[in-house]
Amino acid sequence: MRTLIRPAISLFLLLSALIGLLYPAVVTGVAQTVFPAAANGSLIVKDGKPIGSELIGQNFTAPKYFWGRPSATAPMPYNAAASSGSNLGPLNPALVDAATDRAAALRAADPDNTRPIPVELLTASASGLDPHISPAAAEFQAERIARARQIDTQRVRQLVAQHTVGRELGMLGEPRVNVLKLNLELDARP
Amino acid sequence: MTQHAWLLLGLYLAALLLLVKPLGAYIVQVTEGRLGFAGRIEGTVFRLCGIHRDEEMGWPRYALAIILFNALGLVAVYALQSLQLWLPLNPQALANVTPDSAFNTAVSFVTNTNWQGYGGEATMSYLTQMLGLTVQNFLSAATGIVVVIALIRGFVRHTAAGIGNAWIDLFRVTVWLLLPLSLVFALFLASQGVIQNFAAYQEVTTLEGSTQTLAMGPVASQEAIKMIGTNGGGFFNANSAHPYENPTPLTNFLQMLAIFLIPGALCFVFGRLVGDMRQGWTVFAAMAVLFVAFEVPAMIFEQQGNPLVEKVGAGETAMSTTALLDGNLEGKETRFGIADSALFATITTAASCGAVNAMHDSFTPLGGMVPLVLMQLGEVVFGGVGSGLYGILVFALLAVFIAGLMIGRTPEYLGKKIEAHEMKMTSIAILVTPLLVLLGTAVAVMTEAGRAGIANPGAHGLTEILYALSSVANNNGSAFAGLSANTPFYNGLLAVAMWFGRFGVIVPVLAMAGSLAAKKRIPVSAGTLPTHGPLFVALLIGVVLLVGLLNYVPALALGPVVEHLTLWSTK
Repeated sequence: MRTLIRPAISLFLLLSALIGLLYPAVVTGVAQTVFPAAANGSLIVKDGKPIGSELIGQNFTAPKYFWGRPSATAPMPYNAAASSGSNLGPLNPALVDAATDRAAALRAADPDNTRPIPVELLTASASGLDPHISPAAAEFQAERIARARQIDTQRVRQLVAQHTVGRELGMLGEPRVNVLKLNLELDARP
Repeated sequence: MTQHAWLLLGLYLAALLLLVKPLGAYIVQVTEGRLGFAGRIEGTVFRLCGIHRDEEMGWPRYALAIILFNALGLVAVYALQSLQLWLPLNPQALANVTPDSAFNTAVSFVTNTNWQGYGGEATMSYLTQMLGLTVQNFLSAATGIVVVIALIRGFVRHTAAGIGNAWIDLFRVTVWLLLPLSLVFALFLASQGVIQNFAAYQEVTTLEGSTQTLAMGPVASQEAIKMIGTNGGGFFNANSAHPYENPTPLTNFLQMLAIFLIPGALCFVFGRLVGDMRQGWTVFAAMAVLFVAFEVPAMIFEQQGNPLVEKVGAGETAMSTTALLDGNLEGKETRFGIADSALFATITTAASCGAVNAMHDSFTPLGGMVPLVLMQLGEVVFGGVGSGLYGILVFALLAVFIAGLMIGRTPEYLGKKIEAHEMKMTSIAILVTPLLVLLGTAVAVMTEAGRAGIANPGAHGLTEILYALSSVANNNGSAFAGLSANTPFYNGLLAVAMWFGRFGVIVPVLAMAGSLAAKKRIPVSAGTLPTHGPLFVALLIGVVLLVGLLNYVPALALGPVVEHLTLWSTK
């Protein structure tokens, strides 16, 4: 037993220093040198101030902006310091209640739109910080945004198309639109 | 299942198959000590640490070394959490973690479970994440790998007293295998948007004028080993669903690949070391068949969606555009959709990873049953690094034993007679986890403290508890996360299940390695049952499924099956 203790402790300390301190330090050093923007959170800077991250969604409630996925983070939606999903089970009445509220808000903001609401606009994302919606969910909102901004719907659709990203390698992931970047574009080029 | 989902599955398996052989060949070099450049460094390190290069350990000493080494990890992770407020690299001044949660987390990361009762960004300092959790991500993975290497030596060696040197094995696997892989993967992840910094949380003013606080940290370095070591403990609460952990479909694909990478390659290592590649590919084939058989239903049920939610969104006209995302999207990210989420869920629970890119608690009843059952089978479908292979080899011994009974011959595997001692150890290794799962679930549902954690009403509540126990006892770590498990009751119960679920299997496996190594090798004869080829693949799959089903069908019937029937009858 005693002959095991020295190797155990010294090997543990040595490996801890190597993989717990040196390894993260090297990764940080290289990442901060070679791709600092990505390593620091892919921040979007406007007039010298960070206004968000292109990877982290924001909460949108104004009719003139595209709305992203519902977020179940607490205490407020899109809390990027406490990511979380809803964890509601498929039969939980709270799941249907939440979806009903979201549907009501979407219908109230755009009463003339009687098309079915895409499921992703009724269901909370896994992280509560999802930056994307599908092109279909953007299309569903296009007329509302055009009306609120008093611009042509075709112009809105054009911007959506410009910001749509397809599947990577044609197979990975889903086609999607970055909501924050799209809204920034709407503000910048009315 | 959509065409896209089939393509994705095909691409995944093809990529895996392509990587298994080269990595497997490299692992053989590492564990056999044949790396040319390593000698000088190893000489210095071993001298410094008092490790004798020529010492061969018998199985009790090997097991003791492993347990001692892991116990040190337990102390270190507990201490770091309990003192983090006074230690450096804590820009958010996060408080010291409560004793019960710190204990649970320490056991969790040491046992390669990475069950998380806490939310990372609101609980753990950067130092705790690096020096505590990242270190255990490496060392628990190395532990699993060295145990399976020791077991393989048991088959390879004959009339031998030792099964290797635990210190040398741990050092080589950590430094020459896990570290370089993680370094490369971490840098790639960082290039794609996984953050890697020591900054304080960043405050921004959003477009609509409110304040958003962006959690920061050294994520990429932890993320890489989290997947490569089938650990699965997220830097953030949302794990691989968080855009800073898993920003794009490409990083997602590579994370999925990283989970099966070493478990797949170890099948190759097994074949190479026992000198018969057919043995390795047979095990690989059994795993692959089981994997596809479980992946397809997960995909189908998630794509089918939740009829109750779809009714809410119904409209008067048809949906207008293409590129529509549908299915059960509660708890899923848009960039991953159904296909990448269902595939990830299957992989992470087939292996003992437990990272999630979607919330399993919100899966459809049968879609969520797939990860649950995969864990309950003992995570032998590729499984954890090392633990998956030693798990399925234990089932292989059971399979030759059953076949031996049927044809009336002494069972043998790879030239070793399987006798009473091996069968005893096999039985312990196979039965310890179901015992922990079922007894633990029973205790939790019978006590007030256990039921208090349930978040969802009805049959789903039972599934939440069953899932938690299945996850921890099999060292997976994924959760039906609605369960409020950060309570003294659950922190204690689950920690016990994790510890015995890990070492209650490792010790009998090492005991078996020891007794196998001591045996003579018997030549192949006309009466030897071939343990390669389609017949043995079918036998092995049959045994894995039979044991799993016998253990869990009643519990599953009361949980996900009831829920499925209820959901579609209320439609």
